[in-house]
Amino acid sequence: MTDGHVLEDKSHFRGVWVFLEHRKQGLRDVSVQLIGEGRRLADLRAATLTGVLLGNGVDDLAKHAIGYGLDRVIVINDPILEIYRSRPYAQVMAQLIRRHKPEIVLYGASKNGRDLGGRLHAILETGLAADCVKFDIDAEGNLDMIRPSFGGKSLAHILCKKHRPQMASVRRNVFVAPPHDPKRTGEVVPETVELRPSDVDATLVDFHEFTKEGGLRPEEAEVVVSGGYGLGDPEHFAMLQELADLLGGAIAASRKAVDSGWVPKMLQVGQTGMTVRPNLYLAVGISGAVQHLAGMQESKKIVVINIDPKAPLFEIADYGIVGDLFEVVPEMIRQLKALKGGATGARTAVPATAR
Amino acid sequence: MWPGGLGFGKPFTRPAFPQWDRESVERFDAIVVGAGPAGSAAALTLARKGFSTLLVERGRAPGVKGMFGGRIYAWPLVDLLPEWAKDCPVERFVVRENLAFLTEDASLTVSFDSPKLAQGRGTSFTALRSKFDAWLAKKAQDAGAMLVTGIRVDDLWREGGRVRGVSVAPNDHVAADLVVLAEGAASTLVRKAGLKADMEPREVSVGIKETVELPPETIQDRFGLGEREGAAFVYAGYASMGLRGGGFLYTNKASVSLGLVVSSEDLSRKKIEVQDLQTKFRMHPAVQRLLRGGKVVEYSAHLVPELGAGMMPHLSADGVLVVGDAAGFLINNGYTFRGVDLAIASGVAAGEAAEAARTAGGMTKANLAAYEKFLRARNVLTDLERFRRAPLYMKNERLFEVYPRMLMEIAERMYTVDGSGKERLFDVVLDEASAAKVPKLKMLLDLLQGARSM
Amino acid sequence: MTAGEEASRPMRVIVCIKQVPRAQELQVDPVTQTLKRVGVPSEINPPDANALEMALRLKDEHAAEVIVLSMGPTSFDESLERAVAMGADRSVLLTDRILGGSDTVPTAYALSETIQKIGGYDLLLCGEETTDASTGHVGPGIAGHLDLPQITYASEIRIEDGKVRARRTAEDGTEWWQTTMPCLCTVNFGCNRPREPTLTGKIRVERGGLVTHWSCADVGIDPKKVGLFNSPTIVAKVDTVKLPRRAGRIFSGEPEETVRKLLDALIADRVIAL
Repeated sequence: MTDGHVLEDKSHFRGVWVFLEHRKQGLRDVSVQLIGEGRRLADLRAATLTGVLLGNGVDDLAKHAIGYGLDRVIVINDPILEIYRSRPYAQVMAQLIRRHKPEIVLYGASKNGRDLGGRLHAILETGLAADCVKFDIDAEGNLDMIRPSFGGKSLAHILCKKHRPQMASVRRNVFVAPPHDPKRTGEVVPETVELRPSDVDATLVDFHEFTKEGGLRPEEAEVVVSGGYGLGDPEHFAMLQELADLLGGAIAASRKAVDSGWVPKMLQVGQTGMTVRPNLYLAVGISGAVQHLAGMQESKKIVVINIDPKAPLFEIADYGIVGDLFEVVPEMIRQLKALKGGATGARTAVPATAR
Repeated sequence: MWPGGLGFGKPFTRPAFPQWDRESVERFDAIVVGAGPAGSAAALTLARKGFSTLLVERGRAPGVKGMFGGRIYAWPLVDLLPEWAKDCPVERFVVRENLAFLTEDASLTVSFDSPKLAQGRGTSFTALRSKFDAWLAKKAQDAGAMLVTGIRVDDLWREGGRVRGVSVAPNDHVAADLVVLAEGAASTLVRKAGLKADMEPREVSVGIKETVELPPETIQDRFGLGEREGAAFVYAGYASMGLRGGGFLYTNKASVSLGLVVSSEDLSRKKIEVQDLQTKFRMHPAVQRLLRGGKVVEYSAHLVPELGAGMMPHLSADGVLVVGDAAGFLINNGYTFRGVDLAIASGVAAGEAAEAARTAGGMTKANLAAYEKFLRARNVLTDLERFRRAPLYMKNERLFEVYPRMLMEIAERMYTVDGSGKERLFDVVLDEASAAKVPKLKMLLDLLQGARSM
Repeated sequence: MTAGEEASRPMRVIVCIKQVPRAQELQVDPVTQTLKRVGVPSEINPPDANALEMALRLKDEHAAEVIVLSMGPTSFDESLERAVAMGADRSVLLTDRILGGSDTVPTAYALSETIQKIGGYDLLLCGEETTDASTGHVGPGIAGHLDLPQITYASEIRIEDGKVRARRTAEDGTEWWQTTMPCLCTVNFGCNRPREPTLTGKIRVERGGLVTHWSCADVGIDPKKVGLFNSPTIVAKVDTVKLPRRAGRIFSGEPEETVRKLLDALIADRVIAL
């Protein structure tokens, strides 16, 4: 069930689309961030920016989405589309794309976004560049899709010269969310697509939502305390958690710590993990492989604690301590507790021995 | 703590895997554990004699885990592989043998040169184990043995009181009528087979070796060698800082193997780190003269079994034979180190014993006892027994400190011509003997004992 | 096959794997600007190893048949042999020069065609993505080609009443999905510990015949749909990454002092508040 490989004239394809992923009556952060970048690209191409929203009873959400910078939103309402499911969503998107012929389609590289993009690009037999960090328009009007490669040591420029649409996915927090303008006007375009019950082949039988008690997510935290290979042991992450709690932040980890099995992958910051942009990123025992940098280099303030003065991460640090993390981190905890312990928070409350 | 209860840090528990299909247990006539020289020689011999043979090596390639001084005596290869010299990865053929005595800053070296050293059955050559072991294992494969690497055999597979093969994991067994243990000095299977009591420190030495890189031309210049020629050194005295043992040096093509074999009991008694010992040895002026400018590129340490013939393990049991270092087939008599040749010869003997047992009706302990006969025929046991005094002799501390020092003093007095009046050699010797405070009778006995064991 | 035979034949699982350079050993060929694959230590793409382990557990529990499939140069035999030594029943390598330079679209197509040639499959498994390219596209792409239900990022798979139940860890929570077979699942990286090859497995590999090579012609793959020039995307250019340097104040000395200075600075910057 794939398109033939006779390529249609590129000029028939116009417009920039953003696939809008939603949950719990709201848009996902990454979709909102993509509207901002999509707006910039649409303006460069002098084209319309369209959001695509699939769901059940999502008209209000569609209207709201326009406020981020969309010109219009195509909406499909159908009970089958109430939650994300690979096959029906891919079939609907394929039909819409064949019908409207957008030039560019952007997806958030969330789990579902990658699930969808991967399936769709094979059905449409067109190019999809994953985890892009930047876009440009080249001299011929192609979308220049820039993504890290070779383990993050390089940036590759991907072009999809002959096939349309050009598709790309982007991770959360690579772009910044645009402001919301409730007065912005745009078109909500309801459409229908042929869907049969047989298109539903997978059922969601259970769902356990993660609660906030499960720990603050690094992508949402203002402070991130991140541990690397230098920690040496999964137990030492407890120390980082204590520090994070004192700072009101979340813990995260480098790829090496994840690969060593000390922490789950969902805590990984880096090119193949999360991108975070907290106010404070505290890197403990992380040397600073390029892939890691990609995930945190936009943090407002970067603090590096490492025993090796030559650790690459020091080069992008705002502050750093060269020292043994097993002495420095407990000392930080101690001093923070002392600072907090004073009822007024006054510095004079710190006992003389701490100085 | 983590969303979704991902539970990091919990210990991993393997699920129980059922034996998928009992009928599909692989089987061979013989399994050889360890693809070092002993194992490969055994596998080669067995394969040639029509045994379906599996050769299992725990390293990712044969030779990756092996360690030796650096020189191989070629005589067992001459019979096993008449064309051996055509493609064997020889570093250099040894044409010069040296015996050196060291004190802190002086050395006395006796050098023996002879073209006969590199001819015929007496040939010896320096080698690198990674290349040599791989070559010999390939010969075993060419003869029909199957080689599997990267697997560590954990135990013998026993059922109903009989050895049925080998076991790697509860559900990973391979069946065989005969298992040949060629695991090397740190063999665990020999112990598990009940064939050897745990080694006491007295029985074990530590071998340590560094590979020092030098350009071939430099080696040839400094050692006075031709392109394919090599030299071998044995060092006594200061090299081991009074510990029982000795040093060695072998020239490879583009590197030199330098190392020590010392009593592990002495090491722990005197609380010396073996790396420090090696460094001191390497920094001795006599050694530095030869190795100056070289780069240490490799370092290894290994156990060396020092069992005299009186302390050897039993070599065979029902369905089991032991070969090579695992059987303690090593000679260290003070002026020579031999292990690889004995290993190869014992591997061949094991193959012959298996053939004899097959003819006699099965791999029983009684039938496999023929192994001893074949070892004797190849002078493996004979040589070991002859040198059985060597370990005891090697434990004579005077050999390592007092006598070398005495010799050096004698040499110094002999060679110093400073106008203070030349003495006669005989007087010098007597004088130094008194100075060394060793009763003349004891010296005589030591001399006799040493002569007998050599 | 009769209905009775159909019901009693073992479940067939096909696992797609890729051989990748070991993570620490990524080397770029300075001339071609592509990843060096030959002469570099390689391994089974770790998420694919998780997928393979999942398949082997299904073999343990349900006596499933496990076939491993890969697409690449003949050097990929190393990984296929390892997969068989771990317990897979047999393996297929789709290898052909015309496949060189394929991006994820032709790769998904070629693998789909090969899977159809193998036929009779109930479950397709792949790792969630590769460590060298990290797109995660091929698994879902195959599902799109074959029009199969797909469940991505599965960390656990159970077979119950002839249906697949998979636990999926999404951003917001844990989902349990159920679908009919045949279907495709991509497997969460690190969700299990892949087993080691066994001696028995390695012997089976040495005996031979368990790694089959197919060319595009063998499978019936259209040459006009694969290869570098038939791939929708190309790498136009590669830049080295420039580190955005910051003027950092690095403290060294006694922890008490350095920590104090750091906290002072962060409080002054209003990055932390107490």
